[in-house]
Amino acid sequence: MPDPMHQFEIKRLVELDVFGLDASFTNSSLFMVLAAMCVIFLTIFGMRGRALVPTRMQSVAEISYEFVANMVRDNVGSGGQRYFPFVFTLFMFILFCNMLGMLPYSFTVTSHIIITFAMAAVVFIGVTIIGFAKHGIGFLKFFVPSGVPVALLPLLVVIEVISYLTRPVSLSVRLFANMMAGHTMLKVFGAFVVGLGVIGGWAPLAFMVAFTGLEILVAFLQAYVFAILTCIYLNDALHMHH
Amino acid sequence: MPQLELLDFAPQLMWLAITFITLYIVMARVALPRIATVIEERRDRIASDLDEAEQLKQSTDEAIAAYEQALAEARARAHAIAQETREALSREVEAEKAEVEKQIAKKADEAEKAIADAKTAAIANLSDVASGAAETIVKELVGGKLTKAEVNKAVSKALAS
Repeated sequence: MPDPMHQFEIKRLVELDVFGLDASFTNSSLFMVLAAMCVIFLTIFGMRGRALVPTRMQSVAEISYEFVANMVRDNVGSGGQRYFPFVFTLFMFILFCNMLGMLPYSFTVTSHIIITFAMAAVVFIGVTIIGFAKHGIGFLKFFVPSGVPVALLPLLVVIEVISYLTRPVSLSVRLFANMMAGHTMLKVFGAFVVGLGVIGGWAPLAFMVAFTGLEILVAFLQAYVFAILTCIYLNDALHMHH
Repeated sequence: MPQLELLDFAPQLMWLAITFITLYIVMARVALPRIATVIEERRDRIASDLDEAEQLKQSTDEAIAAYEQALAEARARAHAIAQETREALSREVEAEKAEVEKQIAKKADEAEKAIADAKTAAIANLSDVASGAAETIVKELVGGKLTKAEVNKAVSKALAS
């Protein structure tokens, strides 16, 4: 049986070294570039007509725009429009990385914890900076829940701080684990199809077809979850709602 | 597990930074403002089209109201003219009728007078004829001779009784 983890291996396509740092162009880099190019193609080439009545591709670009714009408007509220380009980029980048990963023989960028963690860390650090920039030291009040007995406060503050600090972990692990588990599962069942042959392979094949549909849903859903949690964290930092 | 290969972290992070930052700049500077403009223009266009439609509807309503008013006026005037004509006609008819009646009355009067005259004349003639007849009859019957004055007196007496 082929190794189901083989698909996640990083292969250096072009060895590069920038000031002692390994900046090799890998299969992961290739798919990140492809994802970025797809997004740019959709939003710039798709919008080239600037038509009053949109073409199909322009419609997709506009729907993506409005989808993320509504998400930011509903979840971040006032002052959220500044961060809309970031949330849009984040959503589209993750979405296209996930979707490109669904193609056979492709590489799923978001199945690597370092990638998802880096994005989650950027969100976490950025949100924390925004919180302190906006409220100064008063942002610490965010960790003090209102309307609880004073005796419970030390415990609750500790819990709040821990839950705040685990945000990047949960955010990154959720996306990474979903992607990795789904692709591993597909690979394992693919091996079953081959292993059981023409006689017994139909059952795992049918399962794979259904599971591929589910994975496409997950690919969209995880991009959405990542973006909407970013919006919610931004809202916390901007308005300190609890 | 290839995900935990520490040596692969650096190139991934490097290329994530490159692609993500590039994508962010392109989106923020070029793509998103362009999409926003297109959506905004469409919204404006729809709003202005709706405004225009509203204005056109308003002017249509005005035109309809003016037409209705003109129609009502015309109808009222037509009614008035008809009424006037009817009155004038009936007045004329009345006048003519009165004239005709007057003429008829005059003619009736004249006829009556003529009849009365004729009657008087006839009565006058009658007394003459009666006198003549009486004289003749008396003459034939009695063979006597009567003066005209006597006969007339007797006839007048008979007629008067």
